[in-house]
Parts: sequence; structure tokens; C-alpha cells
Amino acid sequence: MELLYGLITGILFGFFLQKGRVLRYDKQIGALRLQDMTIVKFMLSHIAVAMVGVYLLHDFGLVKLSLKPTILGGVIIGGLLFGLGWGLLGYCPGTSLGALGEGRWVAFVGIIGMLVGAGLYAEAYPYLQKTVLTWGVYGKITIPQILGVNHWLVIAPFVVGTVFLFRWLEKKDL
Amino acid sequence: MKEDRGWNPYLAGALSGLVSIGSIWFVGKYFGASTTFVRTAGMVEKLFSPERVATMPYFIKEMPIIDWQWLFVIGIGIGAFLAAVSSGSFRWQAVPDMWQDRFGSSFRLRGTVAFIGGIIAMFGARLADGCPSGHGLSGVLQLAVSGFIAFIAFFVGGLISANWLYKGGGKR
Repeated sequence: MELLYGLITGILFGFFLQKGRVLRYDKQIGALRLQDMTIVKFMLSHIAVAMVGVYLLHDFGLVKLSLKPTILGGVIIGGLLFGLGWGLLGYCPGTSLGALGEGRWVAFVGIIGMLVGAGLYAEAYPYLQKTVLTWGVYGKITIPQILGVNHWLVIAPFVVGTVFLFRWLEKKDL
Repeated sequence: MKEDRGWNPYLAGALSGLVSIGSIWFVGKYFGASTTFVRTAGMVEKLFSPERVATMPYFIKEMPIIDWQWLFVIGIGIGAFLAAVSSGSFRWQAVPDMWQDRFGSSFRLRGTVAFIGGIIAMFGARLADGCPSGHGLSGVLQLAVSGFIAFIAFFVGGLISANWLYKGGGKR
């Protein structure tokens, strides 16, 4: 049953990604070249809506958070590496499948590359586990936790800031 | 050809955010994509050397099986196909427009860069423990420190390589 939910959720997400024109190479690289912020608009809209929704539900005890631990070595080095590759590929792991779905079939070459990358990481994992992944381990922490404030005091400024960013992007026609 | 603009990205993004809430509420699943690539790589390697895969720590951590996220990722492809066909924006295209304008229509060049980019991107995503879905969307929406750092690092890395690629760098 869970598998079926996964498929349905993916279909809905892929549908909206395509409708928002987020899957295109030109849009992804357009954002990285600071020429077209479509994917940033999409991502931040998703985040703002889901942030409010999930924390509301969390306050009522209806959902559990699922935090990834903060390991500075892994997140910073891995994040930068991901970004470097992303700028060359022009798709991220999720959107590569979507790009293939709308006929941009060079994404398939990228998918094969990503499978190779995953295989290489599996080879390197025992070594990385003893080195990079031990640098700056802080566990599952959130911004409100480190600031020592209620989460709504972070969510409200985040949402307001996002709206101001959107207005600025529209004014600059990005 | 007239550029098709699709839906307003704010609207499409907000609606996808509602899908995310529904998934978390009813199934307890947060969006993510890159673990699926590990599981699939494991499945492929298993065809050749099942004994070895069974002993590798990373494939013990992320078993080569089909799970919720695996079908979620497949679903993204199907959903994008349905949306593209229904709006007439499906196009069988190898080399993207922006790339063609700068580097020409050689599939080999585009394919090579995409392949190398894919290797680096996925290695990085696994080291970071997530991609723009798992960290960028799910992490940031939960206000996870790891999500915010990853989100920034993704864009910093991408700004560097995309601008290097398109601002000369002896690539043409």
C-alpha cells in the first residue's frame, strides 16, 4: 500500500513540477546563472506552504518530524560537490526523471551518470565514514532549537522574507 | 517557436507543497530522491556480484530494494509525462536550447558533460545525505540546520560550475 502511495505522490509532484516548468535544463541553469528564478519561486513556494502546514500539524501531534543529522563535513563538502555536478548536468536527481518524462532524453545519460556516482559513493563510504562524516557532527538539530525560540518565531519571518523576495524578483523580472 | 510558459511557478510550487503535506500527514513520508539512486545502483551491482553487495556497508544501510521513495521517483517521470502530453509541451529533444546556443548541437559533448555532472552530483548528494528534494525541500521546511546549509551549498556549487561553463573557461 505504501508503495502505491509513493507512486501516486510522485505522479502528483511530477505533474506540478512539469506545469511549473521547473524540469527544464534552461530553467535550472537559468537560476544558477541568475537569469531566471523559476525554480527558486517553485521551491520556496513549496517550502513556505509545507512549513506552515507541517508545523501546524506537528503542534497538534498529527505528524512526526524526520530530520537529517547535521554533519558539517558531509553537508558542506557534499553539498558543494552536488552543486558543481548539478551545474554541469542541469538536472537534480528528482527532476532528471521528470525531464525524461517530458521527452528531454539526454537526462537519461545524466541518470546513468548518477547511478555510477551512487555506486562510487558506496565504494568510498567505509573511508568517508571514518573521515569527512566525523567532522562537525551536531545531530538532528533545527534552527529554532539553536536559537532557543518557539518555531513560529522562525516560520513567520521566513514566510514574510520569502514574500518580500518574491516581490523583489518580480520587480527585477527574474 | 513561442515559449510555453506553463503555470505560474508560485501556484505550481504551492500546490506541490500541499501534496507534500498530504504525504507527510497520511503516509508519514517526506519527499526525497537520491537514496533511490543508491538502491538502484545496488540492484544493478547485485546482478553481477550479489555476495559483494551483501557485504558492503552502504548497501546494508540503504538496501537495494524497491520502497516508497523508489516509486515516488518513478511517479515523477509519469506525472511529468502526463502533464507534458496534456499541455502539448512534450518534446523529444536531446540537446537543450540554452546549451545549443552556446555549445552547438553535438549530442556527444552534451552527453559527456551530463554524464560527468551526474557522477559528481550524486556522489555529492550522498555525501551530503540528500539532494534538493530531501534537504532543499523536506529539510528546509522542517527548519533543519542540515537542510539550510545544504540548500546554500547546492546553489553555491551550482553558481560556480554553471557560470564557469558559460563564461568561457576555454570550452569552445
